[in-house]
Amino acid sequence: MGRYILKRILATIPVLLCVTFVIFTLMHFTDGDPARLILGDTASEAEVLAMRSEMGLDKPFLEQYFRYLGGLLHGDLGISYMTKMPVSSEIMNRLPVTARLAFLSCLFAICVGVPAGIISAVRQYSLLDNVLTVLALLGITMPNFWLALMLILFFSVSLGILPASGLYGPLYYIMPIISISAASVATITRMTRSSMLEVIRSDYIRTARAKGLSEREVIFRHALKNALIPILTIVGIQFASGLSGAVVNEQVFAIPGIGKMMIDAIKNRNYPLVEGGVLVIAVMCCLVNLAVDLMYAVADPRIKMQYTKAKRKDTQDAGESEE
Amino acid sequence: MEHEETILSVRDLVVHYETDDGLVRAVNGVSFDLKKGETLGLVGETGAGKTTTALGLMRLVPDPPGRIVSGQILLQGRDLVKLSEERMRLIRGNEISMIFQDPMTSLNPVMKVGDQIGEVVRKHRKVSRLEAEKIAAQMLETVGIPRERMNDYPHQFSGGMKQRVVIAIALACRPALIIADEPTTALDVTIQAQVLELMRNLRDQYRTSMLLITHDLGVVAEICDKVAIMYAGLIMESGNLPDIYLHTAHPYTKGLFGSLPSMNTREKRLHPIHGLMPDPTDLPPGCPFAPRCSHATAECGCQLPALRELTPGHLVRCIHADEEAR
Repeated sequence: MGRYILKRILATIPVLLCVTFVIFTLMHFTDGDPARLILGDTASEAEVLAMRSEMGLDKPFLEQYFRYLGGLLHGDLGISYMTKMPVSSEIMNRLPVTARLAFLSCLFAICVGVPAGIISAVRQYSLLDNVLTVLALLGITMPNFWLALMLILFFSVSLGILPASGLYGPLYYIMPIISISAASVATITRMTRSSMLEVIRSDYIRTARAKGLSEREVIFRHALKNALIPILTIVGIQFASGLSGAVVNEQVFAIPGIGKMMIDAIKNRNYPLVEGGVLVIAVMCCLVNLAVDLMYAVADPRIKMQYTKAKRKDTQDAGESEE
Repeated sequence: MEHEETILSVRDLVVHYETDDGLVRAVNGVSFDLKKGETLGLVGETGAGKTTTALGLMRLVPDPPGRIVSGQILLQGRDLVKLSEERMRLIRGNEISMIFQDPMTSLNPVMKVGDQIGEVVRKHRKVSRLEAEKIAAQMLETVGIPRERMNDYPHQFSGGMKQRVVIAIALACRPALIIADEPTTALDVTIQAQVLELMRNLRDQYRTSMLLITHDLGVVAEICDKVAIMYAGLIMESGNLPDIYLHTAHPYTKGLFGSLPSMNTREKRLHPIHGLMPDPTDLPPGCPFAPRCSHATAECGCQLPALRELTPGHLVRCIHADEEAR
């Protein structure tokens, strides 16, 4: 198992390399000159050129990229053009807000989506199931920034019961979490429903009923754990989309997180900050997906055995090569 | 073997499925009795309503679309059809338990086999977790699996071993009645014999009554005391082994035997029953077997023949059975 985790962590390296390359290329070929933006319209051409060479922007593209990678190896994400602060410390200032928001949204999506999906599956085709289906469709189709604006209109402007911007207390989390997680709640509900429906029809559920177990015991002790794998997968994916939802929603709710930081940085052509932000988000996604993969093993002993089998095979291979 | 009181008495059980394609009349008035320690073989083709009958006895017919329309299921005097779902749960796995057809899929893949056995014990007996584990281990050994394998998962067992675990679950609470729905069909032939032997031994040891559903007349001859031949949701003929095997009265039963190769007589060709079972959404008004029966007369198509007693205990649903039996 430990070996598997190590393998998976190593496997994230190429993923992160790709991410850095893509974002670096994108930023490099984007219109606009950071040196000009920093110096302003009044600066002379010579001043701008000097600034560019000071920032290393006059070097060839690949050289810039490898210099950036070299910095990454030392844990150096570069210096923010605007504040002249290390990107890593800028990100660390903002990360807890976004991470908290993303995790809470994910948690909220699970806590609402899974029970709703179970209810839908157990009461298939009932009124409640139909209502939940319509709600789920709404949740999936509504753009989250639009939902965010509607929430602000209703709860802040009309009713005046929830604060519309900032993040200064528990109340401030309510609307961002709802708008970030709406799509995830809906997706998790639908996935839980279909996964549960499939499991409920299987023979071992009939066996469980034939034992004289109550419906509650059948659903929670036998069905749910078997239905969990596809739900876990979707939760991993939803976490990633929750992060991207956070980027947009931080803008709408004026929350000082990584998302707002990145949008401001893009406007200012603050390359290192954008690159650092994307990299951190990519790392978070990789970690969450690794966690999901490890949870498969907890949920399903057959997958766990595959891991240990793979491990056994590895040690066998090693033994053979020694001979 | 002497038999005492009647454990199970089924009277005119009718089970229908209401589907989009119409009303599926799966079981249309099945009656039989089962005494303590006795084994009844329920034989018939696929789609004859055997499994639905079994699920009906457990009150596990999937609802919707299935429903017990009428009839009585008297288990030691209580009518199961009238019991509430809560009361019925106390009976399932405790007084009646069921062995399913496919051991590959009837065990929960993410639960240790020991826990799966222990679960039914804890449900019906007031025992601690430890005691339940102890009973589960004993049950495993009873069915011939070392107790060290308690903590293994179903995928670590072969098909035959899984069926042994299923049997252990079914017997864990010492039920009065076991319903075995084609318990050996999914297993390969050598394992079939072992599992049947095990079931027979345990039945004799615990004096459990058994309803064995199968389409294998050989299996019936080996372990059953009585046989009921089912066709289109009806019992066509029933009786003890000699009644059915030696004094076969119903043309359908004869057809079943004609479809089997025999060791004693050399026959060039088997004599299968031609045609298909009638569509359960559209049963003919008369004898359901008449369209396929070589002895059918115009009279057969008019009215459903009643079950008649040819000799004591030997019932047959055919108006021509007297001539047939000779």
